[in-house]
Amino acid sequence: MHLENISLTHFKNYASQEVAFSPQINCFVGPNGSGKTNLLDAIYYLCLTKSAFNAVDMQNIQHEADFFTIRSSAVKADKSYKLACIQEQGKKKQVSNNGKAYDRVSEHIGEFPCVLIAPDDTQLIKEGSEERRKFFDGILSQLDRVYLDQLMQYGHYLKQRNALLKQFAERQYIEQDLLDSYNSQLFRLGRLIYERRREFILSFIPIFEKHYAMLSDDKEQVGVRYESDVAAADFEQAFRQSQRKDLILKRTTMGVHKDEFVFEIDGFPIKKFGSQGQQKSFLIALKLAQFEILAAEKGTKPLLLLDDIFDKLDDQRIAKLLELVAAQTFGQIFVTDARPERSREILASIEAEVRFFEIQSGRVALIN
Amino acid sequence: MNFPSKLIEDAVNEISRLPGIGKKTALRLVLHLLKEDTSSSMQLAEAIVKLRTEIKYCAKCHNISDAEICQICTSPRRQQQLICVVEDTRDVLAIENTAQYQGLYHVLGGVISPVRGIGPSELKIEQLIERIKTAETPVEEIILALSPTMEGDTTAFFVTKKLKEFNIKVSTIARGIPIGGELEYTDEITLGRSILTRTHYQTD
Repeated sequence: MHLENISLTHFKNYASQEVAFSPQINCFVGPNGSGKTNLLDAIYYLCLTKSAFNAVDMQNIQHEADFFTIRSSAVKADKSYKLACIQEQGKKKQVSNNGKAYDRVSEHIGEFPCVLIAPDDTQLIKEGSEERRKFFDGILSQLDRVYLDQLMQYGHYLKQRNALLKQFAERQYIEQDLLDSYNSQLFRLGRLIYERRREFILSFIPIFEKHYAMLSDDKEQVGVRYESDVAAADFEQAFRQSQRKDLILKRTTMGVHKDEFVFEIDGFPIKKFGSQGQQKSFLIALKLAQFEILAAEKGTKPLLLLDDIFDKLDDQRIAKLLELVAAQTFGQIFVTDARPERSREILASIEAEVRFFEIQSGRVALIN
Repeated sequence: MNFPSKLIEDAVNEISRLPGIGKKTALRLVLHLLKEDTSSSMQLAEAIVKLRTEIKYCAKCHNISDAEICQICTSPRRQQQLICVVEDTRDVLAIENTAQYQGLYHVLGGVISPVRGIGPSELKIEQLIERIKTAETPVEEIILALSPTMEGDTTAFFVTKKLKEFNIKVSTIARGIPIGGELEYTDEITLGRSILTRTHYQTD
């Protein structure tokens, strides 16, 4: 699949802008703060109905404007689609495909897959387990609509249960039957989510290992270990026993919303024991595995968004990545770089239609 | 919006608080009232005041009623051993319009949602238990006709738990493909569920 163009109105620092893309490689160059990453984010929005960087939709509206729109003509399996995402101040976000708005925005997720490799991917290693759950849930949600639905329902029941815990704590009184009503829903959905995540990780690991081995010449063994409260045979009993603690903390302390994916290198957590270089290879291998799985399951190559990676990667890893580009592993690619001459040099050897766009404070110009 | 009169502004603000009515519609209504006879505005105001002060809720089923006990609860033709639990009056009207149900109702007045501060004590759940305990004709079946939303499901689950102590059949309305609907246009979740909870095909 690829995007033929994109048209933005009041999106972040873009007042009004249209860009016609190459179906192969598109490189956005320009100084820091000009809006290169915002353009990638607009593409991300069209695919996944949200920003990769700012979860609050309203804050992605240009300063002092009332709305933003992102529109694009996409081509998938020789069919064309008109995609649009509209956010008005104080209203519900609207996503439409060929002029038909989705009743639920989440129905669009997975229709047009995309993979983003960005500098803040390091959060995946450095931050808490939430980042890692988000990463794997992001892939699974693009693959499996039912999983996404279960995940959203789980989140909803969790919110209700936590609100209930808070009320019970304030009123110093417990309605056990009501807590049990929420518990049973969380058990049911949690079990389904756990099974799906476990099954997915098993298929993910070999693909991930293959990409890591390709990126790094070292022979270290890498892996992802899935840990979940739900895995324990006596989970439901343990969950019930933690109710006292839940009431004190006013939140649910056990369940799949606490799952962890441990990133390991030679059997040790990479967060502590991996070098900078190993961590970078690890992250890119994760993303490449994501790309491969989405491409295989969706039957179409996802869009690849590469944010500022020439700056963050060393020559050796860039060379490895370019080998993949040259071998036509990917479909349409969008790259940002603050240094145009470097991008030109790196991409010069690639036989593909490369378009360079210069971005200056929210204006885009083709400069090939 | 700027108004030529503070009186109009106040009226517009009040009316636009009603569901489905924006400022422009409210202004149209206000100007319409001013064009008509004073008496029609008075009648409207009086009807609203009367509605609010004189409305009664049936002591048995908590549906809106003109009398202490509503028409459905007092009807001799109704099956007293059957109670259908619904969220609000609109659901009673909807089921009544089907003309397929001859039992009684119990209006909960909402569904449980702790996030919105609605717990069991804000609803008529305790009253349902009491009603079953004190019923002259023993209740045989409770039909849960709550919306298939997450809040509706939780409420149904909770009510069912509360009914455990009685030896009563608890059923829930069927969920599935709308009649006259096309299979291919049915959403995946409904379709999946109706496959899982398929029913026996009856030829007679």
